[in-house]
Amino acid sequence: MNLPDGLVAVVKRDCPTCLLVEPVLQSIEQAGTALTVYTQDDPSFPAVNGCIDDTSLEKSFHLSIETVPTLIRVNGGREQQRIIGWERDEWAEFTGIESLGADLPPYRPGCGSKSVEPNIAEALAIKYGGFTPVARPVEVPELEDDVEYCFERGWSDGLPVVPPTQERVYRMLAGCVQSADYVVGSVPPNLVPLTVEKIAINALMAGCKPEYMPVVIAAVEAALDPAFCLHGLLATTWHSGPMLVVNGPIREAIGMNWRGNALGQGNRANSTIGRALQLIVRNVGGGHPQFADQSTFGHPGKLGFCFAEDESTPWEALGAERGVEEGRSSVTIFSADGVQGVVDQSAREPDGLIYSIAGSLRAVNHVDIANASDAVIVVGPEHGRVFDQAGWTKAQATAALHEQLQVPAQDLGMGTDEDAAGLQIKSGGLLPKFRDGGLQLVRAGGDAGLFSAIIPGWLMKGPLGTNPVTKEIHQ
Amino acid sequence: MTQILLDPTAELGAADREPLAKPKSIEGLTIGLLDISKARGDVFLDRIDAQMQQRGMKTLRFKKPTFTRPAPTELLQEIAQQCDVIVEGLAD
Repeated sequence: MNLPDGLVAVVKRDCPTCLLVEPVLQSIEQAGTALTVYTQDDPSFPAVNGCIDDTSLEKSFHLSIETVPTLIRVNGGREQQRIIGWERDEWAEFTGIESLGADLPPYRPGCGSKSVEPNIAEALAIKYGGFTPVARPVEVPELEDDVEYCFERGWSDGLPVVPPTQERVYRMLAGCVQSADYVVGSVPPNLVPLTVEKIAINALMAGCKPEYMPVVIAAVEAALDPAFCLHGLLATTWHSGPMLVVNGPIREAIGMNWRGNALGQGNRANSTIGRALQLIVRNVGGGHPQFADQSTFGHPGKLGFCFAEDESTPWEALGAERGVEEGRSSVTIFSADGVQGVVDQSAREPDGLIYSIAGSLRAVNHVDIANASDAVIVVGPEHGRVFDQAGWTKAQATAALHEQLQVPAQDLGMGTDEDAAGLQIKSGGLLPKFRDGGLQLVRAGGDAGLFSAIIPGWLMKGPLGTNPVTKEIHQ
Repeated sequence: MTQILLDPTAELGAADREPLAKPKSIEGLTIGLLDISKARGDVFLDRIDAQMQQRGMKTLRFKKPTFTRPAPTELLQEIAQQCDVIVEGLAD
């Protein structure tokens, strides 16, 4: 931007420090220094000749003014140096006028520039070219309600969405390190390239805050990993959908819930991050129920299923177990059905609890089927304490569950896998109810209740189906 | 002022809402005739009705209480449930 040579000041009347320096600016002008003053809120302030109306805030925006007063030295149309606020010695040195503001206090901090006020900053960025969205602008017809319009366009999962205005999307993009045009991958079923901007739009609509963006992006990366098989999971007649488990410091930073009702409603981050992923599948991928999504029943968690793990226990956290470095945050995606509770209020030793949880896991899919779904077991604090007090690690508990879940083949009436399980059923012996690595223990839940929760997943797993995927969250 | 939203979709469809596809033929369809309560709208619709009935078409008549407001939800639902297409007398 070409600036007038000499000194350039940016002020607003609403700032006491700017009022304080009004006589100083007059002195500078009287001393014969070329002075231009851009005023943000009142064109009659300050009373100097070189005062220019910047109530549009265009100059303030282009000059990246964050504090007023700001004083800038310009030579050859270009900025050489700037100072902010009022510091007498600094202003004297900057202007070369020794006696400047001798009767004023030596120091006063400035105020925030109008150009960086909430909502105004976004509007300026859009108006003056700091943000050019790639996504197509869509006009809401006059007299139409914007939320209703989003429903009518088919952009909603059945609940209201936040209308994606340019200002709001701009704010969302500020929450992540990636640029708006960065392509994260292709979203099934239509395999549409997914930009960070489209993620931001849908995350906003889901109700996310900008600071959730890194989690949403990592969740999308996990979902689009071929090992997760999002296309198949979306299209299946089985009722699973994606479920996200968040680990690491970001859980606390964005206020996620791993305590009471962790799997339920009531926490903004838990509720909206999972929903953002599902809106992306719907809106960008084109995965609509009763079309590409052929689920017989679905389940309420398909609106969005996301929670954080309780990392205050002796057990290794899920992220760390899956290779994420200590101190880093991560998201792990599973295929997930609804929640089946396990109540055991009598076991005081791990063996008894393992017996109860394993017995309940026998019923996953069908009591006579083995080697179908994987399952996540969310161990509540009171059940967790039984393991912790006996010194059991997560690995021990997992191994004990697998051991209890070796099922006599003659008890299995149905196989989902004719070639393997079906043949073994005929030949007898023991069959594992779950594949190796098919049981994942996670800690979460409220303090009261001797309960755990079984969350089975899609019937198809392994190379031909879904697998849990973990991605580090980049902030 | 018109509000601008950013398209959350793959942008494979039109930016504007597309009207429902028109039927290839109206044979065998139930045709609603909606009087919006504008002056002489009934004269126009009576004539259309008579001609359609002459051709053996099934018609149903509906009337908005006033042209100054959108149709009541009950009326819209009634039309949607009973008719395949609707003819509306819009002006005086």
